[in-house]
Amino acid sequence: MAEMTLKKKRPKNLDLMTIRLPLPGILSILHRVSGAVLFLLLPVLLWLFESSLTSPDTFAVFKSIAAHPLVKLILLGLIWLYLHHFCAGIRYLLLDLHKGIDLESARLSSKIVFAVSIVLTLLIGVKVLW
Amino acid sequence: MVNRILVGAHYGLKDWVIQRATAIIMALYTVIFFVVVLVVGPDSFTAWRGIFANGFMKFATFLCFVSLFYHAWIGIRDIWMDYIKPDGLRLLLMIATAAALVGYAGWAVQILWRI
Repeated sequence: MAEMTLKKKRPKNLDLMTIRLPLPGILSILHRVSGAVLFLLLPVLLWLFESSLTSPDTFAVFKSIAAHPLVKLILLGLIWLYLHHFCAGIRYLLLDLHKGIDLESARLSSKIVFAVSIVLTLLIGVKVLW
Repeated sequence: MVNRILVGAHYGLKDWVIQRATAIIMALYTVIFFVVVLVVGPDSFTAWRGIFANGFMKFATFLCFVSLFYHAWIGIRDIWMDYIKPDGLRLLLMIATAAALVGYAGWAVQILWRI
């Protein structure tokens, strides 16, 4: 039975150039991408954390690395990825609890996720990095 | 008589719950960490180190790291299952991911308990 239904021809469009993702879709793929990037950078982040805590000398090295403008920009990007993952994750937890699952609320909450994560990123950037 | 029902049901439920439980732990830790940094305002090595020398923060940070590594395992494993079709390569990537995360956990313990 299952095989029969699978053989049915169904229309599909996987042409990435013509697919336009709605905002909740962009939020979703960014949730995955941000998680993957943060995972890949774990060794770098652990190394930075370690050098910030080992000795006054390594702390000074950590500070001088973090003071480089390019590093600051990368850190700001990582903070945004973290906060996006954080805010989108809270949205998913609420969706798990069946809160805001109708189309209109889902679209609104995805806008809120983008707004809150970007504003928080800028605030942290201003307060901690610059 | 052995009455085992051999179906795949619920195999994913444990990970589904752990993914969310670890997320909540990390979210709470993020808030606690923010408040502590705002209150302490660590501008020196001693002050920064002092945050993690505190018994509660050391415990909470360790818990957050363990949650992070388990959370990352589930998330990255899902990515391999979604995009990597050859079984051998998928298995290799899963083993590499798990090995890295177990190593990171050991590293995190070393960082925290040297303080």
